[in-house]
Amino acid sequence: MDLGMKPLTFTSSNASWKPGDGVSDQFPAGLRVLVVDDDPTCLRILEKMLKNCLYEVTTCNRAEIALNFLRDHRNGYDIVISDVHMPDMDGFKLLEHVGLEMDLPVIMMSADDSKSVVMKGVTHGACDYLIKPVRMEALKNIWQHVVRKKKHEWKEKDFEQSGSVDDDRHQKLADDVDYSSSANEGDWKNSKKRKDEEDEADERDDTSTLKKPRVVWSVELHQQFVTAVNQLGIDKAVPKKILELMNVPGLTRENVASHLQKYRLYLRRLSGVSHHPNGFSNSFIGPHDSPFGSMSSLNGVDLQALAASGQLPPQSLATFQAAALNRATTKNSLPLPLVDQRNVFSFDNPKLRFVEGQQQQNSNSKQVNNLLHGIPTNMDSRQLASLHQSAQSFGNMNMHVRSQSNSLLMPMVQPQSRTQNLNEVNVSQPVLDRNGVDNVRGSTLYFCFPSVACCRFLKPEQ
Amino acid sequence: MEVDQLQRNFLEYTNLLFREGFLDGQFSQLQLLQDESNPDFVFEVVSLFFEDSERLLNDLTIALDQQNVDFKKIDAHVHQLKGSSSSIGAQRVKNTCIAFRDVCLEQNAEGCLRCLQQVKQEYLLVKTKLEALLRVRVPHLFSLEQQIVAAGGAIPMLNDFC
Repeated sequence: MDLGMKPLTFTSSNASWKPGDGVSDQFPAGLRVLVVDDDPTCLRILEKMLKNCLYEVTTCNRAEIALNFLRDHRNGYDIVISDVHMPDMDGFKLLEHVGLEMDLPVIMMSADDSKSVVMKGVTHGACDYLIKPVRMEALKNIWQHVVRKKKHEWKEKDFEQSGSVDDDRHQKLADDVDYSSSANEGDWKNSKKRKDEEDEADERDDTSTLKKPRVVWSVELHQQFVTAVNQLGIDKAVPKKILELMNVPGLTRENVASHLQKYRLYLRRLSGVSHHPNGFSNSFIGPHDSPFGSMSSLNGVDLQALAASGQLPPQSLATFQAAALNRATTKNSLPLPLVDQRNVFSFDNPKLRFVEGQQQQNSNSKQVNNLLHGIPTNMDSRQLASLHQSAQSFGNMNMHVRSQSNSLLMPMVQPQSRTQNLNEVNVSQPVLDRNGVDNVRGSTLYFCFPSVACCRFLKPEQ
Repeated sequence: MEVDQLQRNFLEYTNLLFREGFLDGQFSQLQLLQDESNPDFVFEVVSLFFEDSERLLNDLTIALDQQNVDFKKIDAHVHQLKGSSSSIGAQRVKNTCIAFRDVCLEQNAEGCLRCLQQVKQEYLLVKTKLEALLRVRVPHLFSLEQQIVAAGGAIPMLNDFC
């Protein structure tokens, strides 16, 4: 496939969205769907059907292009629909990549309804399998997969928190003390008791949004992480120690734990070995539990071991990993040097951010500058638009405003955030992205990374 | 001719195509998708189908002409054709493709050649009929749809076959 010659078959619908529309009325309108199918007939039909569902549709006829596009427009899509049989890349491979790198729900479809293929979809983690010809009715309800996945991720977050109750509780409670109006020690004790007695689920949900702004795993941060992991040795690398070694202010044990989990999954995939990472219970495995055997092996080289033994500097490891993935996916059609600019694996790409935690995110618009020309999307609005805590936000999230102006979005976005979050957040205050990534545009929209929280993390308890 | 009459002709012809199995319910789905914002939707999609099919049929001809027939490749092409024909509701083409795949599994080159012939035939048939219905590229000759449009009428559709 010659990237240069064949024009990118990309079309994007321009769903009309009127400012001021109620959130709940709109959903699931505005759901951002990426459709990948090499059959132009089917692609056109699907596009029209999805548009009729009031979804925001982007079509693509090549899996590799779709994957690269997704990487460049992280958090720009809610769900991916992909054909199984495609000439340049097996649909299941695309499914794996999307699941691993972007953690988006993926629906597979095919004219093939044989049980084995459908089963393959299941084992590879597809959230649904549609038999062609696809009818409108089947597409109308795809939003359920997005909601389901979000819910699952929130529950996961809760599990992680409960895993280190003491740590968490102390920190949380201490943090809360700072902002309680009462300075009375007696009151503090009371509030502690109250917290223990209150409904756990709600409590955790609330506190998790307050205390857990999304961490952006930039290249530098990930480098530090990998260095720390290698120093400790992958088997001995526990979040607490990694955190200590990294010594990044504001980073929590949970952030590290979550990132470590994903990192382990990634390594497993690379080496093609399926084993349970030490120190993790099954509940910590991500919602997308696919077998790892199908990733191409790195010619028997265990890069992880190499890195750990100190023969491979961590930076090289990251690059190698990216390169390996690159080799696996592009079949040598993309020259290796491109790895640096054209990310294969999220960790290595300064453009992409491996974002974990809550669904809030830093609306880092650095990606906007790296957009491919001609792709008619406004990434600012998209990124902001993916701020969704509840399914109800979807409708409002379709801020596909072609006008490129941020000022339009600013007043819109604020009221749509979770109120719990806004309580302690100074919305208009531009916040430093501690990970060192530049805030180019939209710096005023960093309200999901509360400045208030910065103070908390700098507490001596850390 | 009166618009009414034209519309009735259109419906009758569509009905016929459904009854004879050239088209199935999926075609109705396409018609449902046609609206003011996309007034040529059905024609557009059908045109895409024609283009794609002709390419596939060509590839199939070449593939079956080889010394060593690559049955996997053939199967892939036929699968594609099956998918696109089913998407527009070209039922007979789709069914022929299904039979084609079975023969392909047997790795029967002779059988495949026969199937290819059949598919080509079915394809040409449905193409002619769809063109007669939607749009004909022959000057001075108008399809049923074109006649309705020229007379200022709306394109009717059958509800029974949805």
